[in-house]
Amino acid sequence: MTHSDKKELFSIIVGAIALAAAVIITKLISDIPTWLQILIFLVSYMLLGWNVIYDAIHGLIGGEFLDENFLMSIASIGAICVGEYTEAVLVMLLYRIGEFLQGLAVGRSRNSIASLMDIRPDSANLERDGEILSVMPEDVHIGDIILVRPGDRIPLDGTIIDGNSGLNTAALTGESLPRDVTVGDNVLSGCINLNGTIRVRVDKESDDSTASRVLELIEGAASNKSHSENFITRFAKWYTPSVVILALLLAVIPPLFFSQNWSSWLYRALTFLVISCPCALVISVPLTFFSGIGCASKRGILVKGSNYLEALGRCGTVVFDKTGTLTKGSFAIKRIEPFGIAEDDLLRYAAACEQFSTHPLAQSIMAAYGDRDIPESIENVELAGKGVRSIVDGHEICCGNISMMHDIDVMEDEPDEAGTIIHVACDGKYIGYILIADEVKSNASTTIGILERKQNVHTVMLTGDRKRIGEDTAHELGISEVHAELLPQDKVACLEGLLEDGASRNIKVAFVGDGINDAPVLARADVGIAMGCLGSDAAIEAADVVIMDDNLEKIPKAIAISKNTVKIAWQNIIFALAVKFIVLILGIFGIAEMWIALFADVGVCLLAVLNSMRALSIEK
Amino acid sequence: MKKTFKMVNLDCANCAAKMEDRIRKLEGVNSANVSFVTQKLVLDAEDGMFDSILEKCRQVCRKIDRKTDIIIG
Repeated sequence: MTHSDKKELFSIIVGAIALAAAVIITKLISDIPTWLQILIFLVSYMLLGWNVIYDAIHGLIGGEFLDENFLMSIASIGAICVGEYTEAVLVMLLYRIGEFLQGLAVGRSRNSIASLMDIRPDSANLERDGEILSVMPEDVHIGDIILVRPGDRIPLDGTIIDGNSGLNTAALTGESLPRDVTVGDNVLSGCINLNGTIRVRVDKESDDSTASRVLELIEGAASNKSHSENFITRFAKWYTPSVVILALLLAVIPPLFFSQNWSSWLYRALTFLVISCPCALVISVPLTFFSGIGCASKRGILVKGSNYLEALGRCGTVVFDKTGTLTKGSFAIKRIEPFGIAEDDLLRYAAACEQFSTHPLAQSIMAAYGDRDIPESIENVELAGKGVRSIVDGHEICCGNISMMHDIDVMEDEPDEAGTIIHVACDGKYIGYILIADEVKSNASTTIGILERKQNVHTVMLTGDRKRIGEDTAHELGISEVHAELLPQDKVACLEGLLEDGASRNIKVAFVGDGINDAPVLARADVGIAMGCLGSDAAIEAADVVIMDDNLEKIPKAIAISKNTVKIAWQNIIFALAVKFIVLILGIFGIAEMWIALFADVGVCLLAVLNSMRALSIEK
Repeated sequence: MKKTFKMVNLDCANCAAKMEDRIRKLEGVNSANVSFVTQKLVLDAEDGMFDSILEKCRQVCRKIDRKTDIIIG
């Protein structure tokens, strides 16, 4: 509790004691004249209510008629007028307690959200003229050398020039497995240095470093409000004036037209004023969404706004880009198919031919061949767009695509395979082929399984690759819809079709890409999700949701967090509205006393704030 | 010009919504956002009159809740 919180609590307690004293005195001595009774209650009333009335007057001067302090003052003064002295003071007391507890609860939730985001250290150890100075990260510039000790958080992005260590990247990626780093490696701010002291040459200013950018992104997220938040804000604008007008009608119409008792109906009207503040609604919905965003960011999923968090949960279709997202984007040998020759010999001939080539396919052959001795290759000729011809061990080897095989007339039709085929011929005779394909990420199939079966999401894959490759990958992963052989502009058109279909069924469509060459598609989708963005500024710019590492399982996780958050937000909205509505009805019939109404209102507000904190965590 | 300012004593969510609404209506303001959770004002306003607009924002906030203030600097 801060100093001002303690002061507030003290003044509430003093007021409560004064009220108790007043109640006891008036109960014990029965024949106190009214004026003296008023005076006795006035002591506690002023102790508790003076701040509220002062704020109300301040608001009135500024033209704020529907300020909650003003409404509360009117309600309590009204209660005095109808002779309910205890109630008048009680209203003030409960209001003050409510505001106090609410302030504490909001402060606590602000702190727990802030602690999630505490990823930027306040100081850096700068090396200057052989000395180590502790300075603010803002005072360190590009090219400076900083020292990071074990247990410290790295303050700025840079490159290691001395030492090696393990890094905990959990603050950025949500993964706790340490990453080993050594001289020459890039390190990102926000990571914790685990075991060795490292010296780092700073590559980015503090403001441009990863930790600052991540923080900026999350804090900026509060500006993109969700539909539920906007609904509540609009609702709140109408709610207070409507309740106040109803209160006026309630006070005037029954006595005037149905000759009812004035003071009884005035009291009922005052009950309305007490619950005319929409705070439980207005406070808890943004708090819930921000807690949800905090929960996601703790797991390495950055959501750029409440609106995107809300949309994620309503995703009925998730569209994946294939290369680099579902697959590793690196080629590897899938199968070797030798014809009348040993598998190893086929690979050996191919490696001999391809040893000078820089083509990615050639490199995957070299990677598979490993460190073994490569036979000499003479008269090595690279034929662009076809392959390589060379003399190996006295044989003429042709290693290349089907067009090369056509040229030397050893094969007519290429076998139907899902991948790229490298054919090998020896002295004009076909000796087999090597199938090279992109590798599927290890958890891609689990992810699709969760999405399709547990979350009931339709999955779609877009790819520029051949139809056969696309369909094969989709089949392997269990993806239900594939669009292959797409040029970049076709991907946008394809997504637009899916968006239209989604809009007609009132569901959202998310697109998942690596953010490198699919920025237009990311931007066009209802929710653009970029993956593997650690250190990639372009991807962070383009997407609505950024997944820091390339763990696909974070997509269903993000959807689950979203659904949980939205559920809690609506629990709060419905709960608060229901209680207010019931109390209003009870108030009309004169069943709910003023203090009960206020108690209900304050209670709902507190429960809603506490409930919103549940969005900070999600069960596994 | 778009800038972010820290706010203090922003204690009531309804007030934050009111402040945002009024600041948006000020002349020269392109967009404005008051976040109750992070206690921040994001103000996008015309370059030439930014300082005077910011001062008006401050008055708007104080009028709605006299304890609330925008930290400038």
